[in-house]
Amino acid sequence: MESKYAVSCNNEMVKVELCGRLDATNTEGLQIELKKFAGQKIAKLIFFAKDLEYISSAGLRVIIFTKQKIGVDAEIFLIAAQPAILSVIKMSGLDNFMTIQESYSE
Amino acid sequence: MFRVDLHPTHVCDCGKFRLRVGKPLPFGASIVPGGVNFSVYSSFATSCKLALFNKHEPKPFCVIPFKDEFRIGNVFTMVVFDLDYDNLEYGFYMDGPFNEREGQRFDKTKILMDPYAKAIGGRDVWGQAPDWDNIYQHRARICFDDFDWENDHPQETPVEDLIIYETHVRGFTKHPSSGVKHPGTFSGIREKIEYLKELGVNCVELMPIHEFDEFENSRPSPTTGKMLMNYWGYSNVGFFAPKAGYAATGKFGMQADECKTLIRELHKNGIEVILDVVFNHTAEGDQRGPYISYRGIDNKTYYLLTPDGYYYNFSGCGNTLNCNNPIVRNMILDCLRYWVADYHIDGFRFDLASILGRDMNGAPMHSPPLLETLAFDPILGKCKLIAEAWDAGGLYQVGCFPAWGRWAEWNGKYRDDLRKFLKGEPGMLGAMAQRLQGSPDLYAREGRGATASVNFITAHDGFTLKDMVSYNGKHNEANGENNSDGGNDNYSWNCGWEGESTDPEVNRLRVKQMKNAVAMLLVSQGTPMILSGDEMANTQWGNNNAYCQDNEISWLDWSLLEKNRELFNFFRKMIAFRRKHAVLRSRGHFQNRDYMGSGFADITWHGQKAWNADWSDESLCLAFVLCGRHAKGGTVDDNSVYVAMNMDWLMHGFQLPKLPDYMEWCVFANTDAAAGQDIWEPGQEVNLDNQEEFLVGARSVVILMGRDKPKNEVKSKKKSLK
Repeated sequence: MESKYAVSCNNEMVKVELCGRLDATNTEGLQIELKKFAGQKIAKLIFFAKDLEYISSAGLRVIIFTKQKIGVDAEIFLIAAQPAILSVIKMSGLDNFMTIQESYSE
Repeated sequence: MFRVDLHPTHVCDCGKFRLRVGKPLPFGASIVPGGVNFSVYSSFATSCKLALFNKHEPKPFCVIPFKDEFRIGNVFTMVVFDLDYDNLEYGFYMDGPFNEREGQRFDKTKILMDPYAKAIGGRDVWGQAPDWDNIYQHRARICFDDFDWENDHPQETPVEDLIIYETHVRGFTKHPSSGVKHPGTFSGIREKIEYLKELGVNCVELMPIHEFDEFENSRPSPTTGKMLMNYWGYSNVGFFAPKAGYAATGKFGMQADECKTLIRELHKNGIEVILDVVFNHTAEGDQRGPYISYRGIDNKTYYLLTPDGYYYNFSGCGNTLNCNNPIVRNMILDCLRYWVADYHIDGFRFDLASILGRDMNGAPMHSPPLLETLAFDPILGKCKLIAEAWDAGGLYQVGCFPAWGRWAEWNGKYRDDLRKFLKGEPGMLGAMAQRLQGSPDLYAREGRGATASVNFITAHDGFTLKDMVSYNGKHNEANGENNSDGGNDNYSWNCGWEGESTDPEVNRLRVKQMKNAVAMLLVSQGTPMILSGDEMANTQWGNNNAYCQDNEISWLDWSLLEKNRELFNFFRKMIAFRRKHAVLRSRGHFQNRDYMGSGFADITWHGQKAWNADWSDESLCLAFVLCGRHAKGGTVDDNSVYVAMNMDWLMHGFQLPKLPDYMEWCVFANTDAAAGQDIWEPGQEVNLDNQEEFLVGARSVVILMGRDKPKNEVKSKKKSLK
């Protein structure tokens, strides 16, 4: 599966669709896109991970970075992550700031 | 900020990567904008090449020589741009002289691991057999050093207030009975934090967590057939990297994050973390051993060598690190600073620490530069520094380890004397009096204080507490060395039967002996250390050297917790009592006088007669009172505590020292009493009808606490002993 991501923003909600791999080869670009929202009023950041097959240390750090940059008050969601991805996130302990859900509806 | 010194200036010969000269500091591999800065030093190498691998691949995909202009002094350094550092492994080829007599062992065909590697691959999953034909077994990786510590800060618990719990990362939760999701890992320990809080310990000491090779010297046991491994880990592959095989995320390369998460969570729950560090030798062994890193990078610098160029073996493991060589000293300092700054570690226990005081010829030094450096280093300034103050080369420095007021010691004399007293050996009262007071005979000079003494009865070396009361001799046959390994001076006593017993009297005595041991440990001045599992009577079936047993012999059996709830409760309440009463936790030694004007000295000794201890060799009875007005050098007002110890076969009456009329003794613990009556929650001590005498059962310890009588019983307001 091709590795790509898509970022959109609407009504104080940033949505990030993840696909394929999120690792050091593509995190920099995603980080640059997400940086644009720093300073804006964002209530929710939702990462849709149904098609995410692999996340590396660098990939996890983009999510943490986003939380830190976009605001401590923003809620972070990780939606429909595959079990392998969830496992990595929980085992490494980098899950304490996000809400993990099977699905998301507005 | 845009830097003007991070643009590429060269291209590597294969054309794939842009390069420029790097910065020599920090050593190792550091992520910089656009690339990775590599820096490695060698005093004697004539050239160096960087080998780059994709993860797990057998051969490098690129080899980049360090150009002449990429060397600063003895440091080879360059930035390589455009790397996929998530997926990268790297090593060095070093060329130089090979002259065994001169101690030079360069081999330009070997790929060498970076001594400063912060993450190491090759043993990503514990016990997963590697490709033995792989030309590069232990592979340096790039490690993200950022981590969200939230509001974590150093605990800085005063050392006298610590209750240390020594444990093995894998062994703590590997047994199926642990019930954790990720057995044998850092994550597994996280799931047991509530248990540690319930027990009441406030510090865990982790046996080596640096990267090591569990397959080193692996072989099947001739008696059990099970594979014997390098289980304990006292054999360093990389000083700066946490062991991947201890991480549930090791296969994803996230061991650093998982380890840091554990530390953060422990800190959140008020528990410090001490690391057992092994700077006395490396896993490269002697001249017959493998080339992992140090031998091929700078053999003459890293190792203590004989005049013939062979390896001094003060560690008993084939080689000895040249700790007081200025370069190695700096590496050790860098390493410890790294663990403190990046992992928020609270302290270190140094394995075979006497080696750290030997000079470059192996001779012990009066004032070793390395130990002095560590004692005064600003980053380590609030760390606990604990020495295992002996080595395998004949040095035994308990009581005289170079300290500068900072170093504490594993007090092996405490262990031996307490065990001898516990089993009823005559002539031990004088020694016990010293050990109970924090060993002033060893540590009072130079003002080292009671905090210099880490008191322990059991540790990973030797019997567990249960085995100490169940075996007279060691039973290490499963280690495959004809039971010749492991210490013989165990000072243990099997209570009448060797090994497992169905005799209720034997078992009752064993439980009582374990209670006696922990009671005495936790009323002693100095810092107590408990071996993980002792609180639930964990057994290794008499194996006192289970270094190679990666199986049920070593793994903590959690089903013992319910079976031995009585013992666990005793441990828990003893720990709570110690934490509640500052009089048990002095920093300095007692002065043996009344400097608070309470009418009683800070410590007084008694026997079956109050105020009259029988110090003769035949006596097996001793008692003492700690005056609460003198707690913490008189800075804290606490209850007084009376402890009576009877290691005789017979019950004895102990006359109690008289308290002022407005006070009374109450019972906190009596190891001779039945379960449920043997110990009370601190604060709920029970009344004692007879304030004149206490009948202390055979082989028992009694702890009383002095408290004010209820107001309607007070006849006098005059305070003398509080």
